Amino acid sequence: MNGYQFYWSIVWDSLPLLLAGAWVTIQITILAFIVGTLIAMPMAVARQQGEGWAYRFSTWWVELSRNTPAVFQLYLFYFGLGAFHINIPSYAAVLISVSFNNAGYMTEIFRGGLNAIPRQQLSASRSLGMTSPQSFIHVIFPQMFKVIFLAYVTQGIWGMLNTSLGMLVGLQELSGATQYAQSASFRTFEFFLATALIYYLIAKGLQFSSHLAFRLIYRS
Amino acid sequence: MQFQFANQGLAWSDAYFLAQGLLNTVRLAAAATLVGTLAGIVLGWLRTVSVTVRIATAPFIDILRSVPMIIQLILANSLLSILGFGASPFWFGTVALGAWMSAVTAEVVRAGLLSVPAQYRRSARSLGMNGYQELLYISMPLAFRTALAPWIGLVLSLIKDSALAGVVGYIEYMRSTQILITRTHETWLLLMGAGLFYFLICYPVSRYSRHLERKVRV
Repeated sequence: MNGYQFYWSIVWDSLPLLLAGAWVTIQITILAFIVGTLIAMPMAVARQQGEGWAYRFSTWWVELSRNTPAVFQLYLFYFGLGAFHINIPSYAAVLISVSFNNAGYMTEIFRGGLNAIPRQQLSASRSLGMTSPQSFIHVIFPQMFKVIFLAYVTQGIWGMLNTSLGMLVGLQELSGATQYAQSASFRTFEFFLATALIYYLIAKGLQFSSHLAFRLIYRS
Repeated sequence: MQFQFANQGLAWSDAYFLAQGLLNTVRLAAAATLVGTLAGIVLGWLRTVSVTVRIATAPFIDILRSVPMIIQLILANSLLSILGFGASPFWFGTVALGAWMSAVTAEVVRAGLLSVPAQYRRSARSLGMNGYQELLYISMPLAFRTALAPWIGLVLSLIKDSALAGVVGYIEYMRSTQILITRTHETWLLLMGAGLFYFLICYPVSRYSRHLERKVRV
C-alpha cells in the first residue's frame, strides 16, 4: 500500500457538488433518451422501406453513430461546430451528441422490433380508415415497444454512461464535477470511487423505474 | 528575444505523430481484447458450471457494465498508482479495458454455452466422453457459433472505448488528433481523419458480423 492514507471526509464535504453534477447527468440522460426516441421512430420506419432518400439518410445516421467513438461524435459537435464560429455551450454539445448516438442505436433496435410485428397489422389499421402516421402511433409502435423493451432500456443506460464524456468538454455533470472537486486535493481515487458508486446507483435507479413504468403501461 | 507563435500549421512530421497514435490505438485494443477475451472465456465457463462463482462474480460484472469507461480508466490509473505499480499508461488502459471486456465476454460465453441443447451434452457423455472432452469437442464449437457475432460487437465497442484512454495520458489516435487540433486549429481536417479511421475499421467488421448473424440464424 506504500503507506497511502485514504481520506474520505474530503469527499463527504464535496457531496453537494457531486450531487449537483449527478442531477445534470440525469437531466441530460432523460432529455437525450426522449430526443433519441423521437428521432429514431421515423428513422426506423424509413429504414424498413429499403429505398428512397429517407432510407439513405437514416442509414447514414445509423452507420455513422454506430461505427465511430462517442467521444468523436462529441468533439464533432463541440470543436467541429466551434471551428465554424458556431459556439454552443458544452451542455448543448453533450445533449446533442448523446441524442445523436441514442437515435442511431435506437433506430436499429426499433427496426428489429418492427420486423417482429406481423405486416397485416398495418394493412388492417389502414383499412379501418387510419392514416399511415395514425396506424403507426396507435397500432404499430405500442406493440413494438413491448417487444424491444429490454434492449431499449439498456440503450438508455448506455446513453447515461456516454454523458460522462461531458468531462472532456468542461461540463459539470457528475464526472466533470468530480474532476473539478478532486483538483483541489488530488484525492483522485477516493473521489472517483464515490462517483462510480453514484453512477451505479443512477443506473440501477433508471433500470428499476423503467421496469416499473413498463408494468404500469402494459399492465395485463 | 525571439518569440515564436505556438500556433503552427500542419507539418509532415505530424503525419508521423498521427501514425504513432494509430499504432497505439491498435496496440491497446489488441492487448485489451486478448486479455479480456481469455479471462472472459474462463469466467463465463466458471459462471456456467458453478452457482457459487455465478453469485460471487455477479457484482463484478454488474458494476463494470454500469460505470462509465472514463471513470473505470481513471480508477484503474489511480488504484494501480496507489498500489505502487509504476506502470505505463498502456497498462492502465489495458487493465481497465481488459476488465470490462472480460465481464461482457463472460456473459456472451455463458449465453453461448447455455444455448447448447442438454441432449447433445448427454449424448456426448453417453458415448463415453468425459466432461472435458464434451466441453472441448461438443459444447465449445457449438457455443462458438452463437457467441461469435456478439463477441465481434464487443470488440468494436472496445475499439471505440479505447478512444477514451487519452484521459490517463495514453496518446492513442483520438488524443493525438486532439493535441494537433489544439496546436494547428485544423479542426475539420483532423476530426474527419479520426472519424474516417474508426469508421474504416468498424464499418466492414460490423457488416461482416451482421452477415454472420444471419448465417447462424438460418
